[in-house]
Formats: sequence, C-alpha cells, structure tokens
Amino acid sequence: MTDFVGWFTDPLQFAFMRTALLVAVACGLTCAILSCWLTLLGWSLMGDAVSHAVLPGVVLAYVLGAPFAIGAFLFGSGAVALIGGLNRTSKVKEDAAIGIVFTGLFALGLVLASVIPSQIDLFHILFGNVLGVSNSDVYQVLGIGFVVIAVLLYKRRDLVLFAFDPTHAHAIGISPRRLEALLLGALALTVIVALQAVGIVLVVAMLITPGATAFLLTERFDRMLMIAAAGSVLACVMGTYLSYHLDASTGGMIVCVLTVQFVAAYGYVAWRRRGHVQETTEETLVGAV
Amino acid sequence: MTREFSGYDAGASIAVAVHGLRVRYGATLALDGVDLEIESGLVHGLIGMNGSGKSTLFQALMGLVKPDAGSVELFGAPPAGARRAGRVAYAPQNEDVDWAFPVSVRDVVAMGRYGKLGARRRLGAADREAIDAALERVELTDLADRQIGALSGGQRKRAFVARGLAQGAELLLLDEPFAGVDKRSEATITALLRGLAQEGRTILVSTHDLIAVPELCDRIALINRHIVAQGTAHEVLRPEPLAAAFGGFVPAEALRLHEATA
Repeated sequence: MTDFVGWFTDPLQFAFMRTALLVAVACGLTCAILSCWLTLLGWSLMGDAVSHAVLPGVVLAYVLGAPFAIGAFLFGSGAVALIGGLNRTSKVKEDAAIGIVFTGLFALGLVLASVIPSQIDLFHILFGNVLGVSNSDVYQVLGIGFVVIAVLLYKRRDLVLFAFDPTHAHAIGISPRRLEALLLGALALTVIVALQAVGIVLVVAMLITPGATAFLLTERFDRMLMIAAAGSVLACVMGTYLSYHLDASTGGMIVCVLTVQFVAAYGYVAWRRRGHVQETTEETLVGAV
Repeated sequence: MTREFSGYDAGASIAVAVHGLRVRYGATLALDGVDLEIESGLVHGLIGMNGSGKSTLFQALMGLVKPDAGSVELFGAPPAGARRAGRVAYAPQNEDVDWAFPVSVRDVVAMGRYGKLGARRRLGAADREAIDAALERVELTDLADRQIGALSGGQRKRAFVARGLAQGAELLLLDEPFAGVDKRSEATITALLRGLAQEGRTILVSTHDLIAVPELCDRIALINRHIVAQGTAHEVLRPEPLAAAFGGFVPAEALRLHEATA
C-alpha cells in the first residue's frame, strides 16, 4: 500500500515533477475541452496543420529571446489564414491547401533550426519536454490555458450551434464566421499549451483523441466535455508518472494512455451494442412465437 | 429586440419578394432572372428538378449567397433585418445534418431561442415555456430528451419545425421536408404545416416530390433556373409548364394530379 502511495508521492519531492504535473494537467484540460468541437467539426487535419506550422515561430522566438508563445501563435494563426486564403483564391481543395501550408512551414522550421547556431534542442520541440519546462514557460502555459478554457466554456452554446448547424446561426443573425474564427484562434493558442507537454508531432493526438473517446461514450454535449476533460487529465497525469518511473518519453507515454482509453471506449461500445442486438433479436423471436 | 409571433396582420401582405434574381457559381448560372412574390399566411411549394436552383433560391433568401443581379426582400425590407429579428426559420435537408451530433431534440429546439438571448445563451423561464409549447405543437414532447438522430425521418423534420416555432418565426423555409419520410408522417407534417399557415405564418417548401403537393400547398411555383409558372395546383400542374420545368419530361403522376384537382 505504501508502495502504491509512494509511486505517486515520491516523485513530488522534485520541483521539476511538480511543474511537469501542473503543465500536464493544464494541457490535458485545455486540449480536452477544445477537442470536443474539433472532433464534431472534423477538424483533425486542421489541428495537425496548426501544430506543425508553429515550428519556425518557436525557433525564431528562441533565437530572438522572445516568449515562445508569441512566435508559435503568429505562425499558427498565420497558417490558418494562409490555408483559408489558398482555399478561397484557387481551385486547390481544402485538404491539399492544409497539406501544402503545414508541411511548407514545418520544413522551414527544420531548416531554420539546422542553420541557426543556437541552443535549440529540436528533439524537445518535436517530442515535448514536460520534465524540463522553465518557469516562464509555465506561466505562459497556465495563462493561455486558463483564457482558452474560460472563453470556450463561456461561448460553448454558440460554438455547439456553429458546429451543429451554422446555417441556422446565420438565419437568426449570429455570425458563423466569427464563431469559426474564435475556434481557430483557440486552436492556435491550445497548440502552444500542448507543445510543452507532448511536442509538435503528438499535439494532434491531444486535440482529437479525448473528444473522440468521449463522443463514443455519450449523446450529450455537456457530458462529452466532462468525460473528455476527465480522461485527458488522467492520461496526462498518468503518462507523466509512467514516464518518470519507466524513464520513457513523456509525450509518447501520455498519448499511449490516451489511445488506450480510446480503444477501451471503442471496445466497450462495440460490446454493449452486440449485447443489445442479441437482446432485441431474442425479444423479436419471442414476440414472433 | 424581443419579438414574438403575434398572429396575422390584417390584409394579405407580401412576405417574400424576389425580383430579377441572378446567381452564378463560377461558370454555372444557378438562377437566371427569378421573379417571385410570396403572400403571407399561405403554404407555398417550390417545385423543380435537382439542380433547378431550389436550394440556391433558399440560400439567397437566407443571405447565404451573393446575387449577381436582382433583389430579395423579406417583409418589405432587406433580409438581414428579418434575420436579426428572428422572423425567418430554416429546416435543413436530411443530408445537411450530422445526425450523430450529441444534442437532444430539446437542445435543437432551444437553438431557436438563441438569437434573443445574451452572450452565453442561457435560457430563462419564458424561453423554456416557448420550447415546451413548440415541442407540444409538433407532438414531440415525449421524445424531447432523445438524441436528435434517434428520431424517425418525419419526427426529425418536426423537430426542426419546432425550432422555428420556438424562435417565433413568421416565415418557415423547409428544404425537401418529405425526403426519407413515410406516408403517415407525411400526412402529419402536412396537417402541421397547414395549421401553422392558418395561424398566419408563411411556409415555403421546396420539393421535387409532386404527390404531396396539392394537399399541402395553396400556391405552387415551378422553377427551372427561373420561375416557369406560378399559381394554384390546378393552374400550374399542367403539361406545358411541367414540361418546361422538368426539361421536356412530364412526370405521369403530375398529370394524374392535375385531373384530381380539376
């Protein structure tokens, strides 16, 4: 029993572990809330795009000594604007526009990181480094996470309306374009939060999996928000502990736990549906007799 | 601004006036010189083939497409004002809705109230009453807590009509309300819409299904990029206008309907 408690409490004597857990929880919560809308809107590819496109911004911010959040946000929202512009002004389809813009910016980031002599650890940016987050990074992550969660929850009914039926929003004088812009802005900011925990490559998992898991388990949006938040925070905390004890990649561990949750939810729903189908078949048979 | 539906103003007024409307998508001319006037308090049918411009005309009425020429007026003013006042409601086609979306029937109907609520869209007692009344009117009270996709085709349509009622809309636009709906539900929807018109609301229904038309619609407009003919079922469902609307092909059931309405 003491072993079990110690497994959780022993790492807490280290400041870096306390910081890591704080960042992990903030990241898990912010991503989970946003992921509910991204899943319903089918914006996975957009999430992947924004997360990769911030790389040159992060590299430049480190080189210039500016807060990494500013560089990431400029390039993240820039990518969104470029994708939208390319989509509107050419016959290139949206998925192609997304693919071109984000790989182009990601490649630019790789080139910058390789030619600019600096202390940048590309591995940490790409795969996250939650066990080595600096204090100023923590403040940025907590501040941004709080703002994103507050705004999303405050406007959640409008955002559900936008995701479900933008035409109706327009019909009653609520601008779907403004709500779309709000979600895209939240996406660019959330990517910044998630970068610290799991790194650029795995951010998209944080942005999609919690919402998709919750979507399988409920038919109510408010419950979906709660399930996604609980599962995601749990995954981020467990992933951080597991990575500490097993000396494994933190981002990798967090996303593994998230994926296990999804598989479990999928299995549970499939099992329950099969049971249900058998029951109804039996009822029909009994009824027929 | 709060505005509740308060019955039919005296005298037949024009709810929708479209003049010389032309809409172009790239190289395709979707609408070419549409002239249409819709009296309030009646059920109007907009009939045409797929690709005849029905959906584009609906989108133009809602201000979702920019006309290349011509004008649209709702209640004698530009459509934006009518939208802000919540006077127009729209029931989407089946394929435009994500039926797996995690919202209940009541949630969907509640969305009708959003235009009148504060930034958080929190419902008050009056809103809940309006939602309950709308659900009652379309006979979905017992199913209000079901997920929207758990309803049958006809019930889904009625849920969206209820959203328009909760909104207090005077003009209801219904896109293909009989698609994926069985005969009995079709009769229920017809009775519901007739009743709403009797209360003074204006209903505009788009369909390519002619069977349901004579019983439902007071007025019919045949569309094929422009309005081919407009009038009562008996005036419009004749061989020549039908041939013009359906590209030379006259649906046999249409002619039988013509005899039946004689």
